[in-house]
Amino acid sequence: MEYFLQQLINGIALGSIYGLIAIGYTMVYGIIGMINFAHGDVFMVGAFIALISFLGLMAVGVTFVPLALILVLVVAMLLTSAWGWTIERVAYRPLRSSFRLAPLITAIGMSIALQNFMQVAQGARVKPLQPVITGRFEMFAGDNFAVTLSNIQILIVVTTIVLMAVFWLIIDRTSLGRSLRACEQDRMMAALCGVNVDRTISLTFVMGAALAAVAGLLYLLYYGVIDFFIGFIVGIKAFTAAVLGGIGSLPGAMLGGLIIGLIETFWSAYFTIEYKDVAAFSMLALVLIFFPSGLLGRPEVEKV
Amino acid sequence: MSKALLEISGLVAGYGHLPVLHGIDLSVKEGEIAAIIGANGAGKTTLMMSIFGNPKPSAGRILFEGRDITDLPAHAVALERIAQSPEGRRIFPRMTVLENLQMGTLIAPDKERYEDDLGHVFELFPVLATRKDQRAGTLSGGEQQMLAIARALMGQPRLLLLDEPSLGLAPLITRQIFAAIKALNEEGLTVLLVEQNAYHALKLASCGYVMVNGRITLSGSGTELLESDEVRRSYLEGGASSPSADEAKKGAKA
Repeated sequence: MEYFLQQLINGIALGSIYGLIAIGYTMVYGIIGMINFAHGDVFMVGAFIALISFLGLMAVGVTFVPLALILVLVVAMLLTSAWGWTIERVAYRPLRSSFRLAPLITAIGMSIALQNFMQVAQGARVKPLQPVITGRFEMFAGDNFAVTLSNIQILIVVTTIVLMAVFWLIIDRTSLGRSLRACEQDRMMAALCGVNVDRTISLTFVMGAALAAVAGLLYLLYYGVIDFFIGFIVGIKAFTAAVLGGIGSLPGAMLGGLIIGLIETFWSAYFTIEYKDVAAFSMLALVLIFFPSGLLGRPEVEKV
Repeated sequence: MSKALLEISGLVAGYGHLPVLHGIDLSVKEGEIAAIIGANGAGKTTLMMSIFGNPKPSAGRILFEGRDITDLPAHAVALERIAQSPEGRRIFPRMTVLENLQMGTLIAPDKERYEDDLGHVFELFPVLATRKDQRAGTLSGGEQQMLAIARALMGQPRLLLLDEPSLGLAPLITRQIFAAIKALNEEGLTVLLVEQNAYHALKLASCGYVMVNGRITLSGSGTELLESDEVRRSYLEGGASSPSADEAKKGAKA
């Protein structure tokens, strides 16, 4: 029982990170119907920016952890957003009226370009960061196993909840969010209502990238090591999460992220760690057989 | 004579290499209802959409209040306070009725008037008030049409473009919608109306255009067109018998 609880905690923390990234996939798909395969690498770029910012702050002697965290968060979100904006602007927008596969192929190209850029710029070796957030507390001790909750896990879950709440408020309650949803439902009609569609699409990439940057920071803090290749596997998992939850659905992305995180953690804990990815992807296949549009996705029928 | 609010001259537009509009000349004067009638595929909707640059005109000019809006992007045209209730209604199905109306307010210059405007459209279409928290996709066709018009009105438009507001609606609803258009015009709103329902449209319009294969073949006042042989033969008495055509026949006999 204690072991189970511990794995549940670990799974939720991991799933939160996947969920934050999955939002970026699902939003971009919702608004322009394209899978942004470079999004996982945007997450990787975010993690690197966070790492570099931490090292920079340490070099100038900022040692007060909360201050450092907030500074790194802001810097990572801003710079990664700029990356997201630029990628859309140079790689996707010129192809928007092209045939459907063109942006997909460019996205894969963009993903490879980002990976290689980071490999050349930062080196191929794994980059460590000394633990920034330490400490954990024991929730309760069983017979031979103590369930512990680390501060970093608390930070991950709290940050995710806060961000999701803010994000949901923006999408559901503000004029900006309404314009975004309008573009998702009928881009031409949104333009007829006076929505600057290009700017709204840019904004989608910016918001997705900002969330990916937060995920990158949390990943860095949680695992303590990153390399130029983390965007690939984590990105694929987050994409799986988005599809599992129903691509285009924001709550679906979060739910999908949690499910993938939990499956992976529990499979590693109770079965074999080598097959954790197989388990996660098998679950995707199973869910899609019974819910072709994902758990919270809507079926592709429109009343006309 | 009042000045032209919208002035289209020599407009050529089409999809890819297929031209649809072959040099359209048309003007809508301040305060009037202008109607364009024509058969399916004549290019009426293409004309309405090419005002917003979709498809982009390859020749010709579109002037609005004397300003050239031909090359503006769609949202910038809308911000000139040209509101359209487009063909197929195109309401946002997964938003509530109220949110759809709020989408209409983006082009409104006076945001303080929101409550008044809302009250006004609810007065015009009371059924929308009772459904304001319902998802727009669940409305009936007639209600969706009312919503599309109401959404356009929320922007305090200078010019209202209505594309086939009677398409697929029961005669009673059609009459309601045309009555609403008339009421709006009496309040001073300028309307450009595209219709297959020639009888209703021309009865309402002070100025009408007949469009055939991407060209304006005939223009004149609404009553002139209603009485012209060409219009009666092609749009009022010919083809399948529709309620409006029947009405027109009765009108012609009387």
